[in-house]
Amino acid sequence: MRTSTEKLINYIMLSFFAILVLAPFLWIATIAFKTQIDIMMMKIIFKPTLFNFDKLFFSKEATFFRDIFNSLFVGIISTLIILIVCSMASFTMIRTKISNWITAVLFLWVIVFHMLPPITFVGSWFQMANSVGLFNSRIALILAHVTVNLPLGLLIISSFMRDVPTEIQEAAYIDGCSNRQVYLKVMLPLLGPGLFATAVIVFLFSWNDFMVAMNLTAKATQTVPVSIATFSQQYEVRYGEMAAGSLVSLVPALILTFFAQKYIVKGLTAGAVK
Amino acid sequence: MNTKDKSWKILSLIPIIAVLVILTLVPLVNIFYNSFFDIRWDDGKYNYTYIGLENYIELPNNKFYLPGLINTIKLSIFAVFFQMLFGFLIALGISKIKRGKGFFISLFLLPILLPPIVIGSIWRLMYGFDFGIFNYLLSFFGIFPLDWLGSSSLAFTSIVIVDIWHWTPFVVLLLLAGLESLPTDVYEAARVDGTSGWNEIIYITIPLMIPTIIVTMVFRFILSFKVFDEIYLLTQGGPGTSTEVISFSIYETFFESDNMGLGSVMSVVSLFVVSLLIIIVLNVIRRVNKYAN
Repeated sequence: MRTSTEKLINYIMLSFFAILVLAPFLWIATIAFKTQIDIMMMKIIFKPTLFNFDKLFFSKEATFFRDIFNSLFVGIISTLIILIVCSMASFTMIRTKISNWITAVLFLWVIVFHMLPPITFVGSWFQMANSVGLFNSRIALILAHVTVNLPLGLLIISSFMRDVPTEIQEAAYIDGCSNRQVYLKVMLPLLGPGLFATAVIVFLFSWNDFMVAMNLTAKATQTVPVSIATFSQQYEVRYGEMAAGSLVSLVPALILTFFAQKYIVKGLTAGAVK
Repeated sequence: MNTKDKSWKILSLIPIIAVLVILTLVPLVNIFYNSFFDIRWDDGKYNYTYIGLENYIELPNNKFYLPGLINTIKLSIFAVFFQMLFGFLIALGISKIKRGKGFFISLFLLPILLPPIVIGSIWRLMYGFDFGIFNYLLSFFGIFPLDWLGSSSLAFTSIVIVDIWHWTPFVVLLLLAGLESLPTDVYEAARVDGTSGWNEIIYITIPLMIPTIIVTMVFRFILSFKVFDEIYLLTQGGPGTSTEVISFSIYETFFESDNMGLGSVMSVVSLFVVSLLIIIVLNVIRRVNKYAN
């Protein structure tokens, strides 16, 4: 890419694709601020209104505050569990002497599970939750999200774990640290960025999940995506609220992408193919 | 290695093994077991009636499953082809620029990180027959409004377009990581020889990238089998079975028709098909990595 024409063509191509990515979001953003009539009349110039947001949050049958709480609650707890479970396991599997076959079997099973369609498991989770009285509880959804996102968590944390220099660990052993102490006092602090990258990605995937949440929750425990989907299923599609709800649900991803773009890129690449 | 250390090792693996056994292995066994029963929800409990292979025999007659399986494979092939094509172009473009790299990467990350249900909502609004943006734009060219999601000839294409839009960024990310780890000395040598930009791409970049391209492609192909959210919101598998996919058939049978036995059979068969593909994929990845090293 040396001549300035080539550079120009390149920027034009990238901008073209960038517009293709952005345009749908701009379109839904305008819908969110339109009245139902303006939406139907396809008005390009319109008077922005907060009517849809008002209805979304404050109408009599509105549940959106509770939905957001449910999503945050499930997302944060399941992310914390994944961080603890995966960092412990990853340390033992990669950085201590244990039988190779244990590591191999665990990693293989995690990778295979990651590729299987989750719907094939949701039916059983539903039955299991029902039989222990956990249907429509946040606990069932938290456990399901831990399971679905565990492979990604393990793969990302493990790839960061491999990057920690072994010398530091050996020095700690010489100072008389046990594996438990090395994990707690040496590895966890050094893994900070890796844990952060994992947390961001796993939280977003939990926040975004629709399919598992729809099947394991009912009205009181439904998450934001489930709530958004219901706007399209009543007698009339409530486009305005659907757009407003969608816009609100984009906030975590936008904030996290803005502040943690580098970590997300590194994490997603690490979690993809290894 | 003292005993305290050993017990810590065991302790640290117990949680992950517990999750994997209870929430992935037990469900597998459960699905397999279910597939031989007729299951009804009565009086607050499940009533199982053993019916042998009847669910399996019934599966080919099911209106949705086989068309869904064929559609899923078709969708994966078409969508992944275009994702690779656009993904390579974009990744190559981003790798060549110096200014605004972070901006473009953030932007192209968005579709992967946003709720798929929102992507479904957005496209549903855009595809709308009466007040969607596509038909609005077409009207300027005097073209009659198209029924993007409601006509059986167009609905599948509409879904493929959404999938391409949704997952091309993922391909960009993986290919960009590959492009940036390519050895720079080859390029410098080519530059000394006076190779032009296009020749550089065709004769150096693409051959060096082939391992990454193959791995990304097969990985993306397998993951496309998970597609559900957009189908749910956009077409519910219709019209007819034109956009039916396996995940949706399983959901419908298990949760909407409450036919847990048949739903389990669908799950078993889907797991079998995808597992076969995974074995092929893991082999391909291993061979490619061997070749690359």
